[in-house]
Amino acid sequence: MRVEQISVFLENKAGRLSEVTGILAEAGINIRALSLADTSDFGILRLIVNDNAKAVEVLKQHGFTVGKTDVVAVEVDDRPGGLHRILQILYRANVNVEYMYAFVQQSGNNAVIIFRFDSLDEAVKVLAENGVKVIAGEQLYAM
Amino acid sequence: MIYNMEFETLSREALEATQLRRLQATINRVYATVPFYRKKLGEAGVSPADIKTLKDLQRLPFTTKKDLRDNYPFGMFAVPMDNVVRIHASSGTTGKPTVVGYTARDIDTWAELMARALVAGGASRGDIIHNAYGYGLFTGGLGIHYGAERLGASVIPISGGNTKRQILIMKDFGPTILTCTPSYALHLAEAAAEIGVGFEGMKFKSGIFGAEPWSENMRDEIERKLHLNAIDIYGLSEVMGPGVSVECLEAKSGLHIFEDHFIPEVINPQTGEVLPYGETGELVFTSITKEAFPIIRYRTRDVTSLNPDPCVCGRTHMRMNRVTGRTDDMLIIRGVNVFPSQIESVLMEMRWVEPHYQLVVDRADNLDTLTVMVEVGEQTFSDEVRKLQDLEKKISKNIKEYLGVSAKVKLVEPKSIPRSEGKAQRVIDNRKF
Repeated sequence: MRVEQISVFLENKAGRLSEVTGILAEAGINIRALSLADTSDFGILRLIVNDNAKAVEVLKQHGFTVGKTDVVAVEVDDRPGGLHRILQILYRANVNVEYMYAFVQQSGNNAVIIFRFDSLDEAVKVLAENGVKVIAGEQLYAM
Repeated sequence: MIYNMEFETLSREALEATQLRRLQATINRVYATVPFYRKKLGEAGVSPADIKTLKDLQRLPFTTKKDLRDNYPFGMFAVPMDNVVRIHASSGTTGKPTVVGYTARDIDTWAELMARALVAGGASRGDIIHNAYGYGLFTGGLGIHYGAERLGASVIPISGGNTKRQILIMKDFGPTILTCTPSYALHLAEAAAEIGVGFEGMKFKSGIFGAEPWSENMRDEIERKLHLNAIDIYGLSEVMGPGVSVECLEAKSGLHIFEDHFIPEVINPQTGEVLPYGETGELVFTSITKEAFPIIRYRTRDVTSLNPDPCVCGRTHMRMNRVTGRTDDMLIIRGVNVFPSQIESVLMEMRWVEPHYQLVVDRADNLDTLTVMVEVGEQTFSDEVRKLQDLEKKISKNIKEYLGVSAKVKLVEPKSIPRSEGKAQRVIDNRKF
């Protein structure tokens, strides 16, 4: 139940982000979700797109350093306490969240949150045990 | 293999007798024909007849790059221009270029020494040599070229630049020996990977790399990426060009100096005192067979040490260790001597760091600051900010530990550090003194 995320190293310079979005646009790639983590010197752009292989290829062609990471897309009840419930489950199971960000589209009436865990398999297991729905990669890219 | 079995394996005694005879002849000749040397010897109170042993060489004054500039362009030539068949010049990054000349016999000697060097690095008659050193005023291209022809190998005079075309030619012609600068070798590997060509499918046996300082770790990386034996070659136009010294394939441990043509010394760059074997200092050369441009005790500004130990390859010529820096590249940062090559060693010892780096030195409020820019590669990249920041801290800590100087480390995007197709620019010093 993993979702593949690509990440791109960016220097903190004007125009770098728009260069990435330009390259993806030109290749006809749709960005499904993104988050940008930054420091004073550099940033890491994390992306979920509809065609990972192609996105990696065109970004590398343009000289970017690109990484691939497995993350988990979790359905979260769209009501007060929805996210809190999931974080409690993870906390009790001793699973650490490295980072998280929201997916643009909803899944039915639920919100979708992308999680990066320190131990992915353990996280997927406890979420399933507690009846939390995890969305598969193919399904997510097509949403 | 050894190209000139007789001269490359002379006993120390016979070698020194040859050196003394040739040194005496050289001193006699420059005294008679080059006003600069006659004046310098006069000022030092030495006459050619005073050179009775090799040790008497130490009584002669040094020659510096400035002396060559002061006598620009042809003032140091020891023969009439009628006898000069070739002129080379080194790049004049800090003023006028340094001009050197060769007689027909000098070209012949140079070809012989370059043939020796190629053989030491693993080349033989049947090889195809892809020569990507620049052809022109720079001695690299033509120096290798004449040596390759002397050896009877087939030489592809591709020169520098147009990297993609070079890779296609390598694929199609199947060269077995590569000659270029070590940074260009890595550039070739990167460029080949970009167009989907791997070096594992090529026929290269050895690469003979020089014209800029490099490190053992860089050798490992080149050998891994280009699938060949990486051999270090040394030379400078003021002394002859490439082929002054070279590593042997058998030992890959120090560069044999062709002592039947050049006498090496290592000195303390501050005092000029000659240092014992094994001690690190500035390399000094005296040529003892050159006709057009003999040079006496030339201060190369290259930092190394000499090793007289016997070598497994059978050559009796003394070895110099890998050049670890330049006395004039040396940065003094808050009173600490720093050579860019030391930073390179730190990075490469950490394995997972790409060796593309640049040092930027600034002075803020009368305090020197060193920033080391390092390119992030696929092996070092992480999608987590914390891991990249830890990487920066670790590099900074190791620099502090090995060099005793604090540096701010900044990760930058791949290919963002300018690299020329020849020598990489390693240092930007923004300080105003």
